[in-house]
Amino acid sequence: MTDRKPGVYLCKGCGIAESVSMDAMEKVATTENRIPVCKTHDCLCADEGVAMIKADVAAGEVNQVIIGACSPRVMTDRFDFDGAVTIRANLREQVVWSQPAGEEDTQMLANDHIRMACAQSIKTKPPLPKIEGEFSETILVVGGGVAGMSAAREATRAGHDVILVERTDQLGGWARKWSERTPHRPPYRGPVENDVASLVSAVEGDGRIKVMTNTRVTKTAGMPGRFAVTFNQGGTEVTETIGAIVVATGWRPYDATKLGHLGYGASPDVVTNVEMEAMLANGGLKRKSDGKAARTVAFVQCAGSRDPNHLPYCSSVCCQVSIKQALQVAKADPDASCYIVYEELRTPGTAEEYYRQAQEAGVIFVKGKVKSVGADLTVTYDDDLLGNDIPLSGLDMVVLATGMVPNSTDTSAEAIEPEKSALQLKDDIDPEAAIAIAGYAGEAPAAPERPERPIPEGGPILNLQYRQGPHIPMLADGFADSHYICFPYETRRTGIYTCGPVRRPMDMAETAEDAAGAVLKAIQALKNASGGVSMHPRVGDLSFPKFGLDICTKCRRCTVECPFGAIDEDEKDYPILNPARCRRCGTCMGACPVRTISFDNYSPQIVADMLSSVEIPDEFSGKPRILVFACENDAYPAVDMAGINRHQISPYVRIIPVRCLGSVTLLWVSTALEKGYDGVMLMGCKSGDDYQCHFVKGSAIAKERMSKVGDTLKSLMLEAERVRLEEISIADSSRVPEVLNAFSDEIVKIGFNPFKGF
Amino acid sequence: MAGVTSQTILVVGGGIAGVTAALEAAETGYDVVLLEKEPTLGGRVSRFNRYFPKLCHPTCGLEINYQRIKKNPRLQVMTMAEVAGISGERGNYTVTVKTTPRYVNAKCTACGDCAKATDMEVANSFNYGLDKVKAAHLPHEHAYPMRYVVAPEAVASGEGEKIKAACKYGAVDLDEKEATFDLNVGAIIWATGWRPYDPQKLTSYAYDLSPDIVTNVEMERLAAHDGPTHGKIVRPSNGEPAKKVALIQCAGSRDLNHLPYCSRICCLGSLKHAAYVREQYADATVDIYYIDIRAHDKLEAFYNRLRRDPQVNFVKSKPAHIIVGEDGRPVLCGERTIDREIYKEPYDLVVLATGMEPSVVGGFAPTVGAVVDDYGFVLPEIGDGEGIFSAGVAGGPFDVSMSAQSATAAALKAIQAVRADGA
Repeated sequence: MTDRKPGVYLCKGCGIAESVSMDAMEKVATTENRIPVCKTHDCLCADEGVAMIKADVAAGEVNQVIIGACSPRVMTDRFDFDGAVTIRANLREQVVWSQPAGEEDTQMLANDHIRMACAQSIKTKPPLPKIEGEFSETILVVGGGVAGMSAAREATRAGHDVILVERTDQLGGWARKWSERTPHRPPYRGPVENDVASLVSAVEGDGRIKVMTNTRVTKTAGMPGRFAVTFNQGGTEVTETIGAIVVATGWRPYDATKLGHLGYGASPDVVTNVEMEAMLANGGLKRKSDGKAARTVAFVQCAGSRDPNHLPYCSSVCCQVSIKQALQVAKADPDASCYIVYEELRTPGTAEEYYRQAQEAGVIFVKGKVKSVGADLTVTYDDDLLGNDIPLSGLDMVVLATGMVPNSTDTSAEAIEPEKSALQLKDDIDPEAAIAIAGYAGEAPAAPERPERPIPEGGPILNLQYRQGPHIPMLADGFADSHYICFPYETRRTGIYTCGPVRRPMDMAETAEDAAGAVLKAIQALKNASGGVSMHPRVGDLSFPKFGLDICTKCRRCTVECPFGAIDEDEKDYPILNPARCRRCGTCMGACPVRTISFDNYSPQIVADMLSSVEIPDEFSGKPRILVFACENDAYPAVDMAGINRHQISPYVRIIPVRCLGSVTLLWVSTALEKGYDGVMLMGCKSGDDYQCHFVKGSAIAKERMSKVGDTLKSLMLEAERVRLEEISIADSSRVPEVLNAFSDEIVKIGFNPFKGF
Repeated sequence: MAGVTSQTILVVGGGIAGVTAALEAAETGYDVVLLEKEPTLGGRVSRFNRYFPKLCHPTCGLEINYQRIKKNPRLQVMTMAEVAGISGERGNYTVTVKTTPRYVNAKCTACGDCAKATDMEVANSFNYGLDKVKAAHLPHEHAYPMRYVVAPEAVASGEGEKIKAACKYGAVDLDEKEATFDLNVGAIIWATGWRPYDPQKLTSYAYDLSPDIVTNVEMERLAAHDGPTHGKIVRPSNGEPAKKVALIQCAGSRDLNHLPYCSRICCLGSLKHAAYVREQYADATVDIYYIDIRAHDKLEAFYNRLRRDPQVNFVKSKPAHIIVGEDGRPVLCGERTIDREIYKEPYDLVVLATGMEPSVVGGFAPTVGAVVDDYGFVLPEIGDGEGIFSAGVAGGPFDVSMSAQSATAAALKAIQAVRADGA
């Protein structure tokens, strides 16, 4: 690499020059740090300011542009220069907007920001991507139902070859057996024709789709761009190179034999909604028991769903399916009577019209919770209105609207290696965890005991050859891993995207759309892999962790803690990175006890240089120093927004943004205390149930690590209170000053760090 | 089809759906123009305090998305811009874009001197007019782009000149005019989202008669730390804590006289509002008046969390009307569906869970190459050969996750439409 040529550019605008001395900062850059180029400008982000920097870069005088101006969160594109690395010192939001003008402390803070930026530049290198090997643009789709077939077609329409793997001997999945489907287009009345056959023939006629029926994935190794996937088709094994994977393994009906209380098994005329589909498809509804026409039919909703003893979630589609089946019965026999017994009728969105149609058609909706179904087909429900049990009798048939169970595993295959699977499942979130509520001071009903969720039955879908186990991670409710609010396709296994009912209960129309979304992410993943750039959330990042194996002790912390399973172990137990799986959060770097993991532009050394560069006044100055590591996704913006609101923050605080709290190594904490900082705070996202960490587990891991820091402090004869982890959300712009100011006051009370000056 | 003459994808609407669609397409290697009619991106979700079911903050995901935008040279964002016309076909659309003056140009550094220069205040549209803001202002603390706006009222009066004089960077331009220009694009993603159904149309709910009757979107602002009350849930009439709160479901939705469809998010939204109130006040009670609680799929767990709270009551009933009591409190009148009891119950605060009305109702609707249903939803896909796709609530009443899902799908559809090698 060419020699580094740092240049410091200081902005006088936005009140900076009125608040602090530019000369003093310039002196820090040129005299203290011997930076050869240091220029100031009235408005650095204006065209002239940017042109000035550009000229220096173009002339080859500067290849590290150190900007002392606004926050790195703004003017990002203005201060982006070809051929140079940009480093930002946040003089505006975090100095002049949050400190009184003209004060000595404000100047000290500004000077320290310049010091930290200069120190950051010393070891920072422009990241070079890691690109090696051959890449494939082929997309593997696992599952040949509506989700999988839709995904395959979407992928070929976008120009990609597809291998579509189906476990059974034909395409179509459950939908193949259905006569009609629920409406999804205006006028949203139905039922409408089930067009799955045309989808099957479109897939079979698509020259870019290689359909493999009777096939299982037996092994998946590698990473996005070049997964090595082994298939077993009727006993013959083949291995193909695959760019990215869409998992569309769908669902299976909840096992009705567990619903004995609802009469399943007691009478052949108690059937599931899936069995009902087959009966309707055969035309004319006949009782299984005696072959007579079924003219009075009751549908029991939530048969298994929304029941803590069975499926805790709502299966979403059953209300609409029962309406469809009732309308089909009514259409075939105008004299038939259909009852739908429900607790909450759920026809969201435009499906409301469908519900209305059923009411118009004479389907009788009965609100109540069904307690039992007898062998004589008497449905007994708990009537909310009258407060007692009501029997519904004289029925010819009872249909149980059983719910959807996601095929997150292959239940027809053997479970394997339980202890490794356990590793990836035990940290799951509990969607029913209690909300912290003001009135709950102990007397409130606690969240139900979380059932022990053993390793799911069945074998893995992809059999990932990952250190962290063969399964695609799944959530507590058994559905495949998904960041289910803002970024629904993000999972903990880069390049592997789930769609359809394996991800969330959904109907056919939504499944087809979901398949398109998953395919888009798959295409992005294989493109990014071949370019050596990161996927979400650090999209485009070229840096990746490098491992200094010469001092690696093979402790395996990095391979265990990586939230994305990006690091495997070689045959000698050394870590090996799969760069295209890596999301660049740095959790491995924070985990490494010998600090031998680093990025080109982010490393234990670079941050240690930064924190060491801060001037620590002696104990007689009365000025403590507090070091804060702030998560750059949430806590750091919250600090910026405190500045935007002109909230004052303790001038004793020095803030270093970190990629994720998971990347914080204890080395930084101990170095800070050795250097004489009086307190250290980690500000990051909420962990635990309802975690908000963008890297899923980073903040939880940091919390775990910090829980052990007390002993280290004790051995140094330091108070445990000097180091703290604080959960800060991005909406905490008002709370951030309170938290920091309170910590600062507390540190003053504890007294100065006795190591100061040594 | 005449072939693809432009590979640029236009995304109309910069809420969560539009931002997601634009980023997903740009990050797959396509040029994207994103139009937003307001001064900042983020749309409805940026006005939400938190999301269900995790009770996390929308700004958290938006921050990630804005960082992605800042780093992506393929994505161009235009604010205060909307579509006035579309002609052409897949691969070659001419879109007429109309821009509204911001009176602040790209030289703005967000230093805030303009706001200091004026005392003039205007209604704060970010907070649905619940409070006021300076005539020159940053729309909110998390605004992207981080750039000030000057209100037209200030420009019409002499205040504009004072504001302009205060700017050191020549960023205030009072001569900006409404303008139109044409864009040539190959595909269009329609992501114009929704507006809250007008509560004034729900005449029996007396929205105009009491400040203590608010809508669900206003409730989000009352609970937000950067809202008009800095996050304290109080009675707007007198600033007292709102400790007895009624949440009325289906205020407009599932009603043939108003919105015939179910807006899907309101049940979960109200469960979230119950959590807001209960987090703030140990002694608060919340009554949720509902027809069906529609906590679909895994969101059922969120419903269960609230059901365990003994101070949150679920009342199956659609209130008939609201009157204002002698003490000024709104009083809910109606009949309970279950026991047929007539009630007349006063509350500190009543929240109407008004539904989502698609923005194309009463506005510009894409009619070339798209199908708009009777409700005003633009259907997400219309088969091969078309090049306009909807994302998010423009296509149906979706929650945030489904909006992001449909936006990601729309990005793929748009890419398929503009691929040079054709499909």
